[in-house]
Amino acid sequence: MAARLLLFLTMAAGLFGDMPARAQQDLVADLSDHLVAITTGFTGADVLLFGAVEGEGEIVVTVTGPRGDVTVRRKERVVGVWANVEAVTFANVPAFYAVAATKPLESVATPDIRQRQQIGIENVAMVPDDAAIDAATAAAFRAGLIRNKRAAGLYADDVLPVTVLSNRLFRTRIHLPANVAIGTYTVAVYYLRDGSAVHAQTTPLVVSKTGIGADIFLFAHTNSAAYGVLAIIIAVAAGWLAAWIGRKVG
Amino acid sequence: MHIYLPIAEISVNLFLILGMGGMVGFLSGLFGVGGGFLMTPLLIFIGVPPAVAVGTEANQIVASSVSGVIAHWRRGNVDFKMGAVLMVGGFVGSTVGVWAFAALREVGQIDLTIKLCYVIFLGIIGALMLNESARAIVKARSSTPRRTKLHQHTWFHGLPLKMRFRRSKLYISALLPLGIGFFVGILAALMGVGGGFIMVPAMIYLLGMPTGVVVGTSLFQIIFVTANVTFLQAVNTQTVDVVLALMLLAGAVVGAQIGSRFAGSLRGEELRGLLAVMVLGVCAKLGYDLVATPSDLFSINLDDGH
Repeated sequence: MAARLLLFLTMAAGLFGDMPARAQQDLVADLSDHLVAITTGFTGADVLLFGAVEGEGEIVVTVTGPRGDVTVRRKERVVGVWANVEAVTFANVPAFYAVAATKPLESVATPDIRQRQQIGIENVAMVPDDAAIDAATAAAFRAGLIRNKRAAGLYADDVLPVTVLSNRLFRTRIHLPANVAIGTYTVAVYYLRDGSAVHAQTTPLVVSKTGIGADIFLFAHTNSAAYGVLAIIIAVAAGWLAAWIGRKVG
Repeated sequence: MHIYLPIAEISVNLFLILGMGGMVGFLSGLFGVGGGFLMTPLLIFIGVPPAVAVGTEANQIVASSVSGVIAHWRRGNVDFKMGAVLMVGGFVGSTVGVWAFAALREVGQIDLTIKLCYVIFLGIIGALMLNESARAIVKARSSTPRRTKLHQHTWFHGLPLKMRFRRSKLYISALLPLGIGFFVGILAALMGVGGGFIMVPAMIYLLGMPTGVVVGTSLFQIIFVTANVTFLQAVNTQTVDVVLALMLLAGAVVGAQIGSRFAGSLRGEELRGLLAVMVLGVCAKLGYDLVATPSDLFSINLDDGH
């Protein structure tokens, strides 16, 4: 709420000319929703990020999902069939990653800034948990990881556009696909001038399950044995009912 | 209309799932098979994680076997004693299978194992069935009856622990059905099937059971084996999606009714021939996937890391 109020003030400040707020607040941004609820009808969601800036500069937005270990496997032909022969586990891999910018990343931020702020998928920190793996192997597996994540729609293919209105207001839309992971996402907004960051702001975005689906998931994970027994009872009852309907109809 | 599956964690089209259930149900009604060997690969194909496909399909087979066994029970076509012995073997086998599933998944070899099991067993069963039905069709045309021995004695009739199975008119070692139950139990857990397509020929050709009681007895023991797999997968890997299982079942109930009506208009050997062609088709598809160069040599588990 405070952020929205601030946004309003800044926008007002922008509209009404020189106001004291302007000097301190070169960048404000907020999300249309801070909570993405995965309900029974969930088919993915669009999150709108909007805000205002003061003065000349470029805007970069990154959305990074919760991080965890991911194992990448490489196939090779073994006795005629393709089998997994080698595996590398990467730590701190974001479950989701998207970046949006007003211009191509190379022209808005220096390589140093991009690497430090993990702007662009090639700069996202993902290291093999086994330090003995040589750099070439790690790079090949890392590229394989990114290709697979892209194919699943979890890493955005390109840099998404950021729309700027009258050099002050900006907005961008980030799509979360239906297979998105639950957890806390970090939305970072950078305001850059001459390739270096002038201001930055981060906002959390929570993706969580709600409703009956969430209850089923929670039950299955916290009370697994009871869930298993219940699944069998439901199946037996449904099978019985099906036989009964079959006899009535047939 | 899309539905988000709570355990599989993907969004699927409700009508696609109902349609798949209906189609597989139709085929199982037509051929008198469970259809797990078709459904599990289909589920994996539409993007359900393999572990969820196997766990959920086990749950659905519990339901379809219960509804299937009732009709056989009414007609007295279930050998409960034989079923119980097979079930004991199946319980141990499926427990081993679930454990092996988890171990293979850990080392990244579960997809390959599932596909290899499918190719090998569907290939063998399909080829045998096709051969048998082709002979039957030829024989029916030439119609020269040939006398065969009613009963053949082999080495396994010398095994200890002999038991009498009145309903099956057999006096054989209990080790034999225990072993078959154990072996099929492992495959059921690994492949996400009931195992009827292996159990039924094994009962006829290895045990020498009368064909009338084979399907009912097989269904009876499948209920317990798949219930065991459902429970163990629910506890160990939380991969049983009740919502998906019920959706598949709803489609299958309708499909099976239609299928069983069509079954009356086809001859037995023609039905078996058609089933053999279908089994070999699934086998060929999975076999091709194993040898064809994949589009990406690198792969990840999408449910890793969260």
